[in-house]
This record gives sequence, C-alpha cells and structure tokens, in this order.
Amino acid sequence: MPTKTYAGVEVPVDDEGYLTDSSRWNREVGQAIAEELGLELTDEHWKLIDFARSDYAERGQTPGLRRMAANTGVGMKDIYRLFPKGPGKLIAKVAGVPKPKSCI
Amino acid sequence: MKTLAVLGAGTGGTIVANRMRKRLGKDWRVVVVDPRDQHLYQPGLLFLPFGRYEPEELLRARKDTFRSGVEWLRSEVVGIDGEARRVEFAEGEPLSYDLLVVASGVRLRPDLTEGLTGPGWREKVFDFYSLEGASALRAALSTFEGGRLVLNVVENPIKCPVAPLEFLFLADEYFTRRGVRDRVELVYATPLDAAFTKPQAAKKLGYLLEEKKVHLVTEFMTSEVDGAAGHLRSYDEREEPFDLLVTIPTHSGAAFVERSQLGDELAFLPTDPHTLRSKNIPGAFVVGDATDLPTSKAGSVAHFEAEVVCDNLLLAAKGEEPEPLFDGHANCFVETGWGKALLLDFNYETEPLPGRFPTPWGPFTLLEESRRNHWGKLAFHWLYWNALLPGRPLPVEARMSLTGKELPQETTEQPERAEA
Ligand SMILES: Cc1cc2nc3c(=O)[nH]c(=O)nc-3n(C[C@H](O)[C@H](O)[C@H](O)COP(=O)(O)OP(=O)(O)OC[C@H]3O[C@@H](n4cnc5c(N)ncnc54)[C@H](O)[C@@H]3O)c2cc1C
Repeated sequence: MPTKTYAGVEVPVDDEGYLTDSSRWNREVGQAIAEELGLELTDEHWKLIDFARSDYAERGQTPGLRRMAANTGVGMKDIYRLFPKGPGKLIAKVAGVPKPKSCI
Repeated sequence: MKTLAVLGAGTGGTIVANRMRKRLGKDWRVVVVDPRDQHLYQPGLLFLPFGRYEPEELLRARKDTFRSGVEWLRSEVVGIDGEARRVEFAEGEPLSYDLLVVASGVRLRPDLTEGLTGPGWREKVFDFYSLEGASALRAALSTFEGGRLVLNVVENPIKCPVAPLEFLFLADEYFTRRGVRDRVELVYATPLDAAFTKPQAAKKLGYLLEEKKVHLVTEFMTSEVDGAAGHLRSYDEREEPFDLLVTIPTHSGAAFVERSQLGDELAFLPTDPHTLRSKNIPGAFVVGDATDLPTSKAGSVAHFEAEVVCDNLLLAAKGEEPEPLFDGHANCFVETGWGKALLLDFNYETEPLPGRFPTPWGPFTLLEESRRNHWGKLAFHWLYWNALLPGRPLPVEARMSLTGKELPQETTEQPERAEA
C-alpha cells in the first residue's frame, strides 16, 4: 500500500490518494492535503471537514452533500463555491475519509 | 395480552410479521400496519418498461401475503410516540405496543429537485421505481425512434443501486432488437465519480459500459431539470440535453418519521448497524430501506435484517439484550441483457468479490455474467411470493460467507476464514 507524508506524518493512502486509515489524520495533515489540492481553508471549509469526520466516525460512511448541508448550515451552492470541481471527493480527501461510493 | 406492531408490510415487514406469528406465543398479538391493498414485487419494475411483465403480474392482494393469526390494520401511520409506546394513525384509535418494528421503506421524492415534476413529467421525464412511472415509461419507450436517453441518479442513497445500470443494459438489448439502437444514445449521469466504485467490481466489470455503448457522465449533482427545453443542469453548471429522461429521484424515509422528528435529514432512522435496534425509539427495531445503515437498500438486505430482527425480538420479549448479529450482508443479481446476469455478494467489511456462490441449484457466478444467474433472478419472483414472504427458509444465510470467493492479494491475512 502506498504512503504519503503530510505535515511530517506518514499516512497510508489508496491509489487515488485517499487516506485508508482515518485515525492517522490530524488538522495539520488536513491542511497539508488541502494545500496540495490548491485549496485555501477558511472556517466555512472547516465546518464541512469537521462534520465529515465526526459523521464518518459515528456512522461508518462518508456523508453525502445534502447531509453535510443540512448539518452544517452551509448551503449547496456555497459548498460548490468552497470546493469547486467535485466537493464530495475533495471534502473526503481533505478530511481523510473514504470517497463517496456505491455498493458496486 | 402483549402487542408486536410492525409498521409497513413490504418485503421486510411481511417477513417479520409472518415469522413472529410462528415464533411468539398466544399471549402476543402480531399487528402489521399498511394502508395499501396490494403488495408490489418491486424487482419486476426493472423489466416492466421493456414489456417483459404486465403490471398485474407484479401485484398480489396484501391480505393473501399474511399467515393466519397476523392482524392487518389498513391504516396510514402518521406518528410514533416513543415514550408512550404508541403509534398514531390518520384516522382511528392509536395502537399501543410492547415491541415495535419500523419497516416503512422509502418514499420517492421527485418534488425535491427543481423542475423535475414540471413540464414534461411522465411525457418525456419518467421514473421506473414506481408502478405508474414504469408503466408510463413502457409506453414512451415503445414509440421512441431515436435520440438521447439520459438516465440520471439524482442523489444517493437509492434502493437497489445497481438497477439504473441494469436498466441501461436492458435498454441496449431492447433498442437493438427493435432495430433502432444506432439512433439511440444511452447516457448514464451519476453523482459518483465512476459507474463501478469498488476496486474488484471496477476491475471485473469495467468492460460493460463500453460493450453496451453507454456514455458515462460522472460527478453530476443535479440542481435542476427543464423538461420543456429538455436538459438537466448540475450544481457546477454543466448541462446535459435529453430527448427522454429516466430519473431515479431522491429517496427519503416515511413522512411520519419526519413528522415525529425521529430521522436524519432524509428521514432515515438511526439504527444500530449490528443489532438493528432503533437508536432513538425505545423497544423498537428497524428493517429494510427505512434504516440509515451503510449497506444497500435491497430486498435481500431487508430479508437478512428481518431474520436478525426476529431473533432479537424474541430476546427482547424475554427481557434480554439483543445480539449484534447483522453484518451488512447483501446479495443482488445484476441483469446485463441478452439473457445474462451477474451476482454480487458483500457485507459491511467485504467488497463484492469474484468467484462462485454455491447453491443447491448449482453455483452462481460472482462478478461474472452467466445464464444461470439470469434464471436465478427470474426464479426469484416465484420464491418471493412462495418462500420469502411467508417466512420459509431460503438457501442463503443471513450472514455473508467467504466460501467460493476469490480474495484479492491484500486481504488474505485471514486464510482460515476463507476456507471456513
Ligand atoms: C426497480 C427496482 C428493482 C429492484 N430490484 C431488486 C432486486 O433485484 N433485488 C433486491 O434485493 N432488491 C431489489 N429492489 C429493492 C427492494 O424492492 C427493496 O429494497 C425492498 O422492497 C425493501 O423492503 P422494505 O420492507 O424496506 O420496504 P418496502 O418493501 O418498500 O415496503 C415498505 C412498506 O411500507 C408501507 N408504508 C409506507 N409508509 C407507511 C405509513 N405511513 N404507514 C403504514 N405503512 C407505510 C408501504 O406501503 C410499503 O408496503 C428493487 C427495487 C426497485 C424499485
């Protein structure tokens, strides 16, 4: 399994660069992943990232965009403004949780 | 006299009611609530648009689906008072219960997408997850002479997540047989980043879209549908034109879940993933599509969950704690057209793997097309009415087995389980 180093922490990742062990994440790691993706994180970004993490920890699945919008108060249009080009995947990547998947 | 109340008599609720009637003593009433007179065999909706079933073939009088001794209340649930252990109805006296099972499935919510039910709805914009939608689509397909057919999954979760792909594979066969395939463009617009998102499935099945000439549009989150102009728009401002739109609308849980403020943002019920106990209704379990669990919303899952819930209801009736028996097991046939299908078998931990799935009728092929799988899928229609709903045993265990499955290199740390 490949690994990458963010903020001095070596983390295992899958072929697409998603963390495969969410417990190795910390906020500095998240910050470094965001920089690599060309994102400058604001408090609004963090609201979404923090929710994705706590929800994943509780339910074992990465939340969908509607669920994130409903639970953070950040609207759908704003989610796309904050994470243009695929917010579902980008938030998952920065938050160190799996990308949204189907059963197949 | 004690009461077990079961809300919803679809796949999961009917199995639970019938099995519990046999297993609980005469000191228990088993009351199942459902307002609709008929039970619909939903897997048949996939074939209906292509003229392979008549609507009547998919319906049975609900009264004939219950074992004797099960009481059916033909009412619509409008609320649950968890503290008072009472179910409320649109009309009539509330029902007090000792144990409760919520099995109210999903509601299709085209109303949650702007424009979806506007101009063109059921004229050139169709769903096939309802009997009305599938029937209207059948008429439209029979006169479709060419153009761009877009299948759009608005958002997840949806029930039977493979049905949209199956629809496209069957459409490829259907238009080929009608001699118009070269004039029809088939497009799959999905909010996910691929048609197959699990590594083994992607590896084994990637060829299918190419073979069936299905054009893939990924990460498409529909914000708006304009039926009159014939296009879909996404939140990132892409536009997909269509001559015929087949939509899988947003799914939500039942309205009473929302009204009683028991569900999540889409009214799915917070459920313990292994015991299937409700996280917020005392004395209640949840079965089938109504849960918020990270496994497929499918009839097979409702069936396996129903078995676990029955065991746990018996424990609860004795005042004992429920057992964490459910593993997320799902078992789904995927039609690929031209008389073939493949089989998926997976759970919370194990992605769909290739290999063989043994049964008394011979092995089905996992992640691989075969004719036997197709016959398995069709035979399931008979089994559904005659074995599954009455609660008779079927030769598929509630818990997933690794027997016959080929493990990928990286997950072979536990070979003793593979041989079990
Ligand atoms: C096109 C299509 C193809 C499919 N193919 C397959 C397949 O091949 N294999 C597979 O395993 N699954 C398949 N499924 C999925 C499967 O049909 C469902 O997952 C399964 O029926 C779920 O069972 P359930 O008991 O949770 O809900 P349902 O069977 O949907 O039952 C819910 C019941 O609750 C009742 N209800 C709702 N609201 C209330 C209320 N307020 N008060 C009282 N009662 C209420 C409804 O009337 C209904 O009878 C398919 C589904 C579709 C649409």
